[in-house]
Amino acid sequence: MNKLSLKTFTLLQTVTSVGLSALAWVVTGVRPIWNGSLPSGRQRIYFANHTSHGDFILLSACLSEKERAITHAVAAGEYWGKSRLRRFIAKDMLSSVLINRQWTTPEENPIEIMLSVLDQGHSLILFPEGTRNMTGGPLLAFRSGLYNLSMARPEVELIPCWIENMSRVLPKGQFLPVPLLCRVVFGPPVAVAPGEERRAFLERAHATLLALNPRPERGD
Amino acid sequence: MRHEISILILGLLAVLTTASIVAAILSVRAPKPLSSTLVNLTQRINAWWVMVALLTVAFFFGRYGMTILFALISFAALREFVTLTHTSRSDHWVLLGMFGIIIPFQYWLVWTAWYGLFVIFIPVYCFLLMPAITALHGDTERFLERIAAQQWAVMISVYCVSHVPALLTLDVPGFEGRTLLLIAFLIIVVQGSDVLQYIFGKLFGKHRFSPNVSPSKTWEGLVGGLVSASLLGALLSFVTPFSPLQAAGVAFVACSMGFLGGLVASAIKRDQGVKDWGHLIEGHGGMMDRTDSLVFAAPIFFHIVRYFWTV
Repeated sequence: MNKLSLKTFTLLQTVTSVGLSALAWVVTGVRPIWNGSLPSGRQRIYFANHTSHGDFILLSACLSEKERAITHAVAAGEYWGKSRLRRFIAKDMLSSVLINRQWTTPEENPIEIMLSVLDQGHSLILFPEGTRNMTGGPLLAFRSGLYNLSMARPEVELIPCWIENMSRVLPKGQFLPVPLLCRVVFGPPVAVAPGEERRAFLERAHATLLALNPRPERGD
Repeated sequence: MRHEISILILGLLAVLTTASIVAAILSVRAPKPLSSTLVNLTQRINAWWVMVALLTVAFFFGRYGMTILFALISFAALREFVTLTHTSRSDHWVLLGMFGIIIPFQYWLVWTAWYGLFVIFIPVYCFLLMPAITALHGDTERFLERIAAQQWAVMISVYCVSHVPALLTLDVPGFEGRTLLLIAFLIIVVQGSDVLQYIFGKLFGKHRFSPNVSPSKTWEGLVGGLVSASLLGALLSFVTPFSPLQAAGVAFVACSMGFLGGLVASAIKRDQGVKDWGHLIEGHGGMMDRTDSLVFAAPIFFHIVRYFWTV
């Protein structure tokens, strides 16, 4: 299981990704703001705030087609692996990487699964809050995955990405999106400093992401 | 009508070509790196090329093209407006209705020329039902602010904008089959007035019109822009049912409304703490940044023509 073999996109995945990016543009007019990093072919872990199922669609719509073909969103296996249909959508259409947060066997270890993706030269989209933020607060505390991945593969860039307005486009429990303008702000890369503690790093990454919010005064 | 359209298109091409050449010469001569004003000027001219091309294409598709184009403009403008205002989770269905029901229905009314419902659908039915739906959701936090923003959003972005294609439904005796030219006249005069105000303001602007609302609007820009836009209107009277003097008068009223529209749009932006409505058009900001004057001018222009020139 942890020996995921990844290929570049199948036809279905290419069609899905182009279609979803076009849809994201029609609904949200999504536009990337490169504020501290630039688009590049480098291997990266994009980490973002998470309020809606549409988040990773918006983020990947901001990447070039070439980058999109090797960038995988990390999604919850408990939800997306539950039925054949969900599994088909998550894996065969969106090429996401499924991890189980309550794992038991070593093959299910999320870090190992994500590392195996990185080892094939691919990039990841990670939501370090671990779940969709429904609290109304700006950003939940980060789980440790980001730290563990960075310690294991320090050469991979960690790019903070603030996704704007998605909680208003698709609020909790709704499935029809309201068209509102969204931007994705890509910030400067974050790396674990020599000797930096897990908690200190996670708090610093958290603060870096939060600081990207272009309109922090808005409570909605 | 073909003859008049050819003249208008050739005229626009001449103006844009001249503008591009002037901007290119200025950019070559100016010290490097280029000042932000010059970069923005070039971006604006390039965006104008795209906008004129789009309008020309829509023109050739006639009523279909115009109705669809302005429905899309309403969509983009409404999206920018709602993004800027405060919304709550319980507004979801009202917001969806604004995009999914109000825009298509209003433009269907334009298409079928159902004047009686076209003028009251939004200001009567929507204005009463939207707050009712919001109240039924039971969320009273900032209630008045939310419903006011929703109503003003559809008023500006849908109701006012829809008056542009609605010009096609007017029956002006002796002007049958040529109403598309009314749209051309309105857009050229009002957008031309914006450009002329910008130019006069940059060249002669000294006395600010309203420093609290918009630092870029000056008395010199306003007077120069309005006078020259009225002259432009008189020059274009050959595409309208108006005499040259009437055309100048109508252009003056439309452009004055356009100026007020820009002022109101600036006040809203200032209140919301942003510089532009959005990021749709490079160098211009969003759709509303480009259409704020047209939005205020269109309904007044529509009703002037309807009252004085139709039977």
